[in-house]
Formats: sequence, structure tokens, C-alpha cells
Amino acid sequence: MKLVLSEEQQQLREAVRAFLRAASPLPKVREGYDPQVYARLNGELGLSGLIVPEEYGGAGAGMTELAVVLEETGAALLPGPFLTTAFATVALTRVRDKELLTGIAEGRVQAALAEPAGGAGLAHDGSAVRGTLAQVLSGMDAGVLVAPAQGGEGVVLVAVDLAGPGVTRTPLETLDPTRGQARVELDGAPARVLGPRPDIGDRLCVALAAEQLGVMRAALDAIVAYAKVRVAFGRYIGSYQGVKHKLADMHGKLEQAESIVRYAAWAADESPDELPEAAALAQAYVGRACFEVARDHLLLHGGIGYTWEHDAHLFYKRAKADEVLMGPPRIHRARLAALLEL
Amino acid sequence: MNLADYRRAARAWLRDNAPTDDSHETDAVTRAKDFMARLYDAGYSGITWPQRWGGQGLTQAEERAFAEEARDYALPTYVFSIGLGMTGPTLVDRGTDAQRERFVRPLLRGEEIWCQLFSEPGAGSDVASLQTRAVRDEAGGDQWIVNGQKVWTSVAHHADWGLLLARTDVDVPKHKGLTMFVVDMHHPGVTVRPLQDMSGRANFNEIFFDDVTIPDEHRVGEVNDGWSVAVTTLLHERLSISAGVGMGGRREHPASVEALRQTVDTGDPLVRDQLVELHIRTRALALFNQRLAQETRAGIFPGARGSAAKLLLAELTMFQADLATQLVGPEAALAGHPLAQAISVAPGMALGGGTNEIMRNIVGDRVLGLPPEPRVDKTVPFKDLKVGTQA
Repeated sequence: MKLVLSEEQQQLREAVRAFLRAASPLPKVREGYDPQVYARLNGELGLSGLIVPEEYGGAGAGMTELAVVLEETGAALLPGPFLTTAFATVALTRVRDKELLTGIAEGRVQAALAEPAGGAGLAHDGSAVRGTLAQVLSGMDAGVLVAPAQGGEGVVLVAVDLAGPGVTRTPLETLDPTRGQARVELDGAPARVLGPRPDIGDRLCVALAAEQLGVMRAALDAIVAYAKVRVAFGRYIGSYQGVKHKLADMHGKLEQAESIVRYAAWAADESPDELPEAAALAQAYVGRACFEVARDHLLLHGGIGYTWEHDAHLFYKRAKADEVLMGPPRIHRARLAALLEL
Repeated sequence: MNLADYRRAARAWLRDNAPTDDSHETDAVTRAKDFMARLYDAGYSGITWPQRWGGQGLTQAEERAFAEEARDYALPTYVFSIGLGMTGPTLVDRGTDAQRERFVRPLLRGEEIWCQLFSEPGAGSDVASLQTRAVRDEAGGDQWIVNGQKVWTSVAHHADWGLLLARTDVDVPKHKGLTMFVVDMHHPGVTVRPLQDMSGRANFNEIFFDDVTIPDEHRVGEVNDGWSVAVTTLLHERLSISAGVGMGGRREHPASVEALRQTVDTGDPLVRDQLVELHIRTRALALFNQRLAQETRAGIFPGARGSAAKLLLAELTMFQADLATQLVGPEAALAGHPLAQAISVAPGMALGGGTNEIMRNIVGDRVLGLPPEPRVDKTVPFKDLKVGTQA
């Protein structure tokens, strides 16, 4: 089991962190998805092709590297379809028709995976799909939809051009202002069948947990920095045990969350037998811990944290949106119970 | 030898040598000494300690492999836990070569038992306010004379040596007038009285020093630099507690998920969810401890982050015993029930080795770099400071 990043993985983290600090600081995050930032992210750092196999033009990296990157995009609250494209890439590497991967690796294609926000309702007839997807993460930003659909030969994965005919996209106003969703109605939209629906739920849980780890780390960093400069009653607020002890507890959650994310990513790459339990653990623990840390980071800011202008609510809302992205969090606890044969 | 071979050899050795139950005729200390001697001869004592002083000079990987193989055995090493986890590593880090030569190997061979003498009735969380005095007596051939009282001293009733923190200067601020010594627990001026804890056991003691002499060659570190030595010991203490060092393959905890699933009704969804919560917290901390161990192996010293692990262990221990007694019900309220024992010893983890509040201060100050609390005790000479319990 490997819980510590290698030198290369640390370099990757530093590179992504430095890039996002300069290219997507929080004031810019508030402006939403910027394709130019993505063009540079994919061009300069090659992140779109990170987990795409080399034969399709990618770097062929594993979940461990993807987790390192998602931790940074999470910490930066990067807007847009990065996470959902990563989800779609995980799916596309596991179907028969892998053609889309080349476009993803080149950064030309942003794909939205319909899975987490509910994709049970599509039906396909071999060449076109019908049905409505109530909530597609980054559905307005992506160019291609990758979704499960029911057909004659069972549930398959299909790809749909979101700018094509038969597609109606409606932007949804979301809790998290940094990342949107869309309602997608498909009425005979041309679709390509990619192959049988792969079993990727565990990997999505791990990928999301990595983003959550980044969100909680950035939230804790922000409130720790503030506690070192904000004065009340003649003292820095971080010197009060009422604040300091809460921050210490938040640090404990962060340490455990990082350990779980490293473990789950390692399991995805190296130890498939352990993956189901590790993935359920990752969502059950990290999803909750992320929201708790984001919540307490907001509360410890005092009144300023309750304002629209302050960034605290951006972390708080991303943390909540992420916690429920895969479904009600109890499903992860129920899976753990089942896996432990309780 | 590669790790897999090492593990196989350790497994075979344990199978042939480790006691599987503790219902022996001989007393626990004799058994422990005998077992440590065999452990040493087989090369499994001080696995990561320097070879020069009697250790094996191997890495955390071997130590962890051995600990994992030993998990199913009740290794009778408890009386050596202070020596192996705290005082021994302190001597390796901060002792003179003569001290290392004299003390480390006999510890690893199980010939000598150690205790640690820091806390006092008037100095618990604020251990630097301790009042036990050591006065230099050069007329007596460069030795020190110690008077005072220590408390909460685990295994002192079996100990041959103690690592003693004493005040050597009252005219300077409290952290600057302390010195560390090795004290002979068999000196006639040392009185050890067992102290019963809330579970009814007497694993710790109060110790009285009446004109106890210590040769200067048993001083660890410089005169009045004892606090920095103590910090080394306390770091080792927190890490060894959170990593379970010297707990000698503690067998299945009666409040673990594995034990509870045998006895409680897992058909009840509320029970299942509580067991899931226990599993989540247990795994989260276990993985954090494993990560700290891997970092240590990679040369990243965890330092004050060990205090976070110790805090989390204290919270988990309390949560677990509390939850288990609730799940089991009235039976848990009978004194003979293992969970009655578990709930009785649970507070100990949150108090020994530093309270949860002290751990949070350490994490806040040293890991997060938060501003310290204003202090009234840092610059005042010790003799002018209010200490202990005062009306």
C-alpha cells in the first residue's frame, strides 16, 4: 500500500497548483467556466490526457495521478467541466469504442458523464436516444454527453453531440455558483453506442473524494491564515483555544481524509479487490469531513463569512454539492455495511 | 533479506516462540524478561534502532512487518513499553555514548525495565512547572541530590531505571531551569507506591525521592537544557501511543467492529449504521497512522503531527467503548464484562501522554503555526511563579 506521493507526483502537484494560482484565482473563479484556462491547462500541462492511454495520445497515468490533479482543481474551485470530463474519461477507457479519447487527450472535447446525476431514463434504438436527464454536471459547458441508455441488448454507454439535433439544454441555477448543471432533453438525438455500460462507480467515488480533499484543504488553509491576522479583544483569534482547538480538529479530519484518498487511489490502481470498500470509505468519510471543515471554516470567519463577497461560501457550497453529487450520502454507508457483511 | 522473506521468518519465529495465552505459572515480569531475551537473540528487538547500540539497524518496513505478524499473539512486553517507546529512543537521540553503551542493550535484551518520571501532583499538563529539585553536590564527587515527588508513573514498581526531569535552577524562567537524569530506582531514597486507577488496576504509581543521589555522568543533555530533552521524549511518547508500540499485539478489542458483530443484532439498520460509523473512524485513523509510518520511512519526520494521531486515538477509544456499551446494553454494566473494563479504561487514553486539550494546543501551535496564547509564565523566574493547586 502506498500512501505517500512519489517525487514525480509531487512535481505534478506543484505544477498544477502553481498554474491554477496564477490562471484561476478565486476572483476569476466567480466569473465561471473559461475555455481559455482549459486550453492552457490541457496544452501546457496536458491534464486532459492524463489518464488517457498512450495509444490514444494520453499520458496513461493512473488514479493516483488523477487524484493529485483533482485535489488541486478542487482546492482552486476550478469552474467548468474538468471533473465531469475526468469521470467520462474513466468511463471511456472501459468501453469498446474508445475513439472519443483522442479528442479528450488533445483537449478538443469536453465530455459530460451523466452517471452521477441520474442517467437511468434514456432509451436508445441503435442510432438515436430519447429521454430526459434532470441534472447533468457541467451540462452547459461540455460538448459531448456520455450516458448510459437502455436498448435491446441491455444498458449501454452512448455518446451524444450536445450541440447536435434533438438536444435541448436548459441551464439550472445551482447552489454552487462555481459549477453549473443542466437539464438535458434528448428527443431522437443521434447517438453512438460505445459498448456495454462499464462498472466505474467506485472510481468516480475516488475521483470525487480527491476533489473534496482539495476543497477541505483550501478551506482549512484559508481560515488558518485568517486566524493568524484577525484580531479580537486585543489578540489574534487563532490564539484563543475556542478557535485553535476547532482548527486542530479540522486538521485531524484533513490528515485522515488525505490518508483515505491516497489509499483508495492506490487500491484503484494496484489492488482492485480492495477498491469497493476503499471507494465507499472515501465517500463516506471524505464527503462528510469536507463539508464539516468547509462549514466550520465559514463559521470561524464570523459575519464576513456570511457575505456574498467573501469566498467562504464558495467552499461551503462546493462541499455540499459534492457531498450529494453521487446520491444521498447514506448510500455509501449502506454499501460499506453490505461489503462488511453486517 | 527481502521483506517477504523477513515476514515469513518472523511468522515462523512467532509461531514457535510467542505465547498464545497468558495463563502461565510464572509472574508477568519474569515472563516478559524471558521473552525479551529470546526476542533479542532472534534479532527482533530494537528492529529500527542503531546496530552500534544493540538494535538491528533495519527500517520501519521490517518493524511494521513484524508488528503485523505479531498482531494475533499476546506478546508479554508491556513492562518494557516505556523503555522501548520513550526512554530508550530518548537516550539514543540525546544520551552520551557511554550512556547508550550502558543502557540501550540491556533494555533491548529485557534485562532492565524503565519508567519515565516527568509528571507531578502540581505539574500535569503544565509539566514544566514541576518542583522536584536536583541540587549539585560537588563535594560528594560530582553528584546530584534529588528531593520531590512524581506521579502517574507506569511500571515504576518493576523499574530498574527512571528517566527523571528535575528542577536545577529556580532563579530562571521555568523551562530554562530543568535538567534530565537517569535515576536508579533501587536507590534507598526512592519510594514507589502503587496508585489505583479508576478501572481498579494499579499499573501506575506515585514516587517519592528523599535525598536520592545521582552521579553527574547520568545526566542526559546539558544542565538546564532538560526541557528540550523532555520534548524529544514526549514526541516519542505520542508517536508510540498512536502507533501502539509495546502494546505487544493487543488482541481483538472487545469494542471492535469484529467483536461487536458477533454479539449485537446486525439485523437492526440502526445498529448496522453505528457499526459502519465505527468502521469508518477506525479505518480513517489506521490509514493515517500507516501514512505517518510511511512518511517516517521516507525521511519525513512527523513531529507534532503525532499529536494529532494521539488525539484521534483518544477520541476513537472513548467513542468506541461508549458506543459498544450502548449496543450491548445492561450486561455491559456488570463489572466482569469486557466492555465494563473498556469503558473504565477509555478515559486513560485521553489523559495519559497529554490531554486532548494539550494535543489540540500542540497541533494548533506547531502544525498549523497559530499564534500562541499570551503567557504569564515564560519570563518570570520560577521561584516567583504560581504553580500547582492554589486557593
